[in-house]
Amino acid sequence: MPGIHGPLMAATYPDAIMFVVSAVLVLAGAIGVIASRNPVHSALSLVMTLFGVALIFLAQQADFIAAVQVIVYAGAIVVLFLFVVMFLGVDRLENLVVEPLRFQRVLALGLVALSVVGMLLLGVGAHWAIGAHSVTAPALNQPGGDVAALGKSVFTAYLLPFEATAALLIIAIIGAVVLTRRQPAAGEEGDAVEDTQGAGGGGAPAQERSNQADADGVDPDGAAGGQGSPREAPSRSSRGAPGETDSRAAEDGEPGTVRRAGEEVLR
Amino acid sequence: MTISVQWYLSLSVVLFAMGLLGLLVRRNVIVMLMCVELMLNAANIALVTFARSLNDIGGQDAVFFVLVVAAAEVVVGLGIVVSIFRRKQDATADDMNALKG
Repeated sequence: MPGIHGPLMAATYPDAIMFVVSAVLVLAGAIGVIASRNPVHSALSLVMTLFGVALIFLAQQADFIAAVQVIVYAGAIVVLFLFVVMFLGVDRLENLVVEPLRFQRVLALGLVALSVVGMLLLGVGAHWAIGAHSVTAPALNQPGGDVAALGKSVFTAYLLPFEATAALLIIAIIGAVVLTRRQPAAGEEGDAVEDTQGAGGGGAPAQERSNQADADGVDPDGAAGGQGSPREAPSRSSRGAPGETDSRAAEDGEPGTVRRAGEEVLR
Repeated sequence: MTISVQWYLSLSVVLFAMGLLGLLVRRNVIVMLMCVELMLNAANIALVTFARSLNDIGGQDAVFFVLVVAAAEVVVGLGIVVSIFRRKQDATADDMNALKG
């Protein structure tokens, strides 16, 4: 391995420039994630970090992983973060100056410093004795790029972990559905709404309408001023339960009252 | 001649440390989950770097599985946040004291 212990300046200029640019992107994004008071700004800084990491993958001939990084992380996971932030309306500013726990920051800094020293000494500085290379397949300069090598190894050497990830994803989907499902015994109001709507239409549309009612209660900004989509209008007009009158009346008010009414519905 | 492995690993260490610091200091649970993502990305950088330096595709396989696990973790974590938010009206870690006896 000729290039392992060389300095940075031994690299060619394009490689050095690419490393510096991607490192600056990664670190600036990470600072933005942990120092932003607004969670939306944190999520957008996370996008910057993820693009920097994708650049680092590209610089090390991991083309497929870089593409998956952009698609899955920046395309799906960050959107999921942003969706939850906006859905819950938690995008208010957090006070980062006040720390309720007394020694939390000092202890955190101490632990971080300890872990950095440990990782630098053991992981970066030490010369590990390693066995034979290429137990699965060589990664560099393959015919067909790393996509072919990765696909071959995933479906041969790593077939069992690959199948396990299928089970993991199914379990994650089921877990998300179970966790975020509205409990049917939440209160009499929910039952009344379901009963009246069940009398009006079939069973499945009533369920969908009560889900929409949940979304209205949780995300008051979307319903501010009654600017809902045309899909919401018929369900709102068919809603005849007496418990819904206050949230319906609040729709005509200004957004502040809408937010309060939504929070009361949640409680 | 390409960048030496030490530089990539040092960047990975720094990114991991920043994720750890954010996870310990921040109180918003959603931002804490983002810091976990930072730490996972630091591990991914190290894995890809070792895959290049040892010329072994296994490191990239590990990154592939880490991506899948990260997606599942975010889905379940945000589901937990949503279901807590329904009861507590807030998403800070200080409010999650329901197990207190």
